[in-house]
Amino acid sequence: MPDPLLELRGLSKNFGALTVTSDVSLTVLPGEIHAIIGPNGAGKTTLIHQISGTLRPDRGTIRFAGQDVTALPFERRARLGLARSFQITSIVPGFTALENVALAVQARSGSSFRFLRPVANEKALNEEARAALDTVGLGRVADRGAAALSHGEKRQLELAIAIAMNPRLLLLDEPLAGAGPEETERLIGILRELRSRYGILLVEHDMQAVFALADRISVLVYGRVIVTGTVDEIRDHPEVRTAYLGEDALA
Amino acid sequence: MTAPFRKHALALATLLALAAAPFLGFGDGFALSLLARAMILGMAAVSLSLLVGGAGLVSLGHAATMGIGAYTVVAFDAAGVSEGLIVFPAAIAAAAAYALVTGAVSLRTSGVHFIMITLAFGQMAFFTTSSFSSLGGDDGYTLYARTEWLGTRILDNRLTFHFLCLGLLALVWVGGNLLLGSRFGRVLRAARENPQRALAVGFQPYPYRLVAYVMAGAVGGLAGALLANATEFVSPALLSWTRSGELLFMVILGGVGQIGGAILGALAIVLLEESLSHLMVYWRLVFGPLLVLSVLFLPDGLVGAPLRLRAAIRFASPKRRNADA
Repeated sequence: MPDPLLELRGLSKNFGALTVTSDVSLTVLPGEIHAIIGPNGAGKTTLIHQISGTLRPDRGTIRFAGQDVTALPFERRARLGLARSFQITSIVPGFTALENVALAVQARSGSSFRFLRPVANEKALNEEARAALDTVGLGRVADRGAAALSHGEKRQLELAIAIAMNPRLLLLDEPLAGAGPEETERLIGILRELRSRYGILLVEHDMQAVFALADRISVLVYGRVIVTGTVDEIRDHPEVRTAYLGEDALA
Repeated sequence: MTAPFRKHALALATLLALAAAPFLGFGDGFALSLLARAMILGMAAVSLSLLVGGAGLVSLGHAATMGIGAYTVVAFDAAGVSEGLIVFPAAIAAAAAYALVTGAVSLRTSGVHFIMITLAFGQMAFFTTSSFSSLGGDDGYTLYARTEWLGTRILDNRLTFHFLCLGLLALVWVGGNLLLGSRFGRVLRAARENPQRALAVGFQPYPYRLVAYVMAGAVGGLAGALLANATEFVSPALLSWTRSGELLFMVILGGVGQIGGAILGALAIVLLEESLSHLMVYWRLVFGPLLVLSVLFLPDGLVGAPLRLRAAIRFASPKRRNADA
């Protein structure tokens, strides 16, 4: 078995008396899509926050690419190659699509304390940014203002930004949220192409997509991983069924 | 090439008009000192605009950097030093140092807290200068002479001083625009619009904001040193928070979207103040509502006015045609 790209060990987090993450341990291998599913309020996004570095865990360690990153802030982890997308699309609306992506290329190519040369003319940045846009199928809207893109296109743009960071691990928080059926189809296609290049930790509500994409699935309930397994193992697991049936019964 | 030209056309035209003004009947001492004041305040306003419009940092203490620049000139004057090669770099460095120290603290906050903390630092600088009894305290200080350059009294010539201010203003404006279009500027703009996104790709906005804050402070210091020379008198009023508010208003009136707007804003306010105060005693009664109206009807500021006017005409013309028919 190859060394894991990401390894969580005994991660715990409380908000006051509320336990949102409870002794979570899991790994993501290179080239693997590891999906996290669970009912609403299971603590999926909180877990993503801790992995990306926007939230500090109370206990436990996070190792990324062989390094303990538990104490590193968000932007330092990003520079190590940990790229995350957000549940609510996060782009720079006043930038063009190209400039949004070029910003990510810029972050890993040389100093940004350069004050005079027009960055919009930097060929090396723009070419890499265009390549990332092409990967997600946004090449034709590269020069459009990001605010004017459709919802699905914005989700694709966020993926392109993540790719342009040249990451080792993609941390995707509900990349399909709010996308229509056609857009979902396209995004699943893109994710499938990306899987060989990066490790992916995927949080997603769309079960169809999860079952189609994931190599392994972890089920999170009340902040605890109740089971980790392959698609088939998870589909037939009795505890998973109760967890989801429970949610249905409540709804 | 035409699009960026059109974008900057209004600011460029204003600078050209300022260059031509001394030869078009505004060459007397009174007009030149008024224009010099406008250009110097414009310089400070452009640097503030870089913070407000570029980095999203609304400082209500920018006048302090100008005051520190001016008081550096005064302090050297009191010590008998008036060589520009010493005084000007010192004024710029002092203001930059002030910006570095106060910025390092202020930039840990954001939004309203940032406004309040910059205001607080500005007030501290104000009261500090008020307490310098050797430099005139509350009453202010009259310079013995304008700053010399290599021993020559070149700044005493009003026309030379006019073009020095204009040249520096143009330099600050061009430099600011280059800055915003650079790698550095892109990080600033991204962090203004969406700090979370900047972090997510690996940029911690803090050091970039601090450098911008220090740069703006340095320009403020330069403006202050020039202002001390223009008026040959410096008092703590220069650092009062209302002066910071006035600079902020020049930025907003001119248009936050472009740093060139601050030049227009500064010129408009200085000239309006001057002409209104000559027309009547209670000129502020007119000045205030005029400013309110301008904000209401020119949300993009003076630089956005031509575009807005064109849109208004286009909107109005088919209606008129229909009425005729």
